[in-house]
Amino acid sequence: MKSIPFTARNASQISCHSCHLLCRINFSKIGKSLICPRCGATLHQRKPNSLKRTWALVLAAAIFYIPANLLPVTVVISFGKAQADTIMSGVIYFISSGMWPIALVIFVASILVPMLKLMTLTFLLITVQRKSAWRPKDRTRLYRITEAVGRWSMVDIYVVTILVALVNLGNLATIKAGPGAGFFAAVVVITIFAAMSFDPRLIWDAKETLDE
Amino acid sequence: MDALIACHECDLIHRVKPLPKKGVANCIRCGSVLYRHKSNSLERTLALSLAGLVLFVLANWLPFLSLKMEAQVHQINLVTGIKVLYTQDMQALAILVLLTTILAPLVQLLGLLYVLLPLRHDRVPPKFAPIFRLVRSLETWSMMEVFMLGILVSVVKLAKMAQIVPGIAIFSFFGLIVVLAAANVSLDPHEIWDRWEKLR
Repeated sequence: MKSIPFTARNASQISCHSCHLLCRINFSKIGKSLICPRCGATLHQRKPNSLKRTWALVLAAAIFYIPANLLPVTVVISFGKAQADTIMSGVIYFISSGMWPIALVIFVASILVPMLKLMTLTFLLITVQRKSAWRPKDRTRLYRITEAVGRWSMVDIYVVTILVALVNLGNLATIKAGPGAGFFAAVVVITIFAAMSFDPRLIWDAKETLDE
Repeated sequence: MDALIACHECDLIHRVKPLPKKGVANCIRCGSVLYRHKSNSLERTLALSLAGLVLFVLANWLPFLSLKMEAQVHQINLVTGIKVLYTQDMQALAILVLLTTILAPLVQLLGLLYVLLPLRHDRVPPKFAPIFRLVRSLETWSMMEVFMLGILVSVVKLAKMAQIVPGIAIFSFFGLIVVLAAANVSLDPHEIWDRWEKLR
C-alpha cells in the first residue's frame, strides 16, 4: 500500500483559488458557501462542476469552429467588386505571395492552436473520467501549455480590427469584417473559458483513488 | 511553524521556506511553480505601473498608424478599429477587442496603483480585496502583445497595396506591453496579501 499524499483535500483544507491561502474547512458551516477569510473569494475544494462545464464549453467551441473556418472573416470591397476571404484563404494568399513566415503564424494561431486545444482538453477530460493513472505529471504540463497558448489565437481578430480601420477609403477600397470573424472570436473566448473551468487537480485525484 | 501552501495544480501541501535571490519553488509532485523570490516587489511594480499609465495615455491619444494610397492619407488611432467594427454591426466583436486591448490593461494599471500606493505607506485602501482580485483575474484578458503581432501581420499584408507609416502611439504601445509584462512579473501577490493582512 502506498502512503496517502498530503494534499489539501486529504487534510480537510481548501486552497483559495484567488489568494492561495490554505483554509481549514469549518464543518459547522458545511452546506453554506465557504468564503476565504483573507480575500473574500468563494472557496471550492475543486472547481465546481469542472468536467460538465468543460465538456459543454469544448463542444460549443467545436461547433463554432466549423462556421469560423467556412465563413469569410473579411470582405474587401474595391470599386464595387467584393472579395471574401476565409482564414484558410488568407493563409493561402500569404503562401502564394511568398510570405510563408506570416502564413505560418496565421495557420498556427488560427487553425492549429484552437484545434489542438480542443483535442487536448477532450483528451484530458476522457482520461480524468476513466480515472487514468497515466503520466499525471505530463498531463498537468499539457494542461498548463494549453492554458498559456490560447490567447495567441486572438491574433486574427486583431488583424481584422486593424484592416477594417486602415482600409476605409470609401470607393477605392473598404474592408469589412465577415461573419466568420464573430464565430472565430467565439471559439477563442469559449476555449479560454473551457481551459479555465478544467481543474488539473482532478488528474491527481484519479491517481490517488487508484493508489489507495 | 512555517506557513503551508497547496499546489494549485495538484493540491499537494508544501511548507513555505524562504528562497534565495531569484529562486523559484516548484511543486515536488507535478512541477508547477508554487512561488518565486522577488526583490523590491512592491516598489518595482508601483514604478512600472506609473510608467505604464503614462504610456497608456500616449498610446491611446496619439496617431497609431497611417495608410497612404494614391493621393489619400488615412490616419487611425488605437480605438478606430473598434469604432469601425461597432458601426459594421459587429458589436460583440468590438466590445471583445475593446476589453482585451484597452479596458483590461487600463483597469489593471489603475487597480495596481490603487492597491499598491497606499500599501507602500502602510495604509489600506477601501475595497482592497475585491479590487486586487479583479486586477489578478484581468491578466488573462489583457492581450496587448497578441495585438502587436496582429499589427505586424496587417502591415505585411497591406505592404503591397499601400504604404503604411507607424505613428508615435505604436512605440508607446510597444513600451506599454513591455512595462505591463514587467509589472506582472515583479508583482508578488503572496507578499501583497500578507502585507495587507498584517495591516488590517
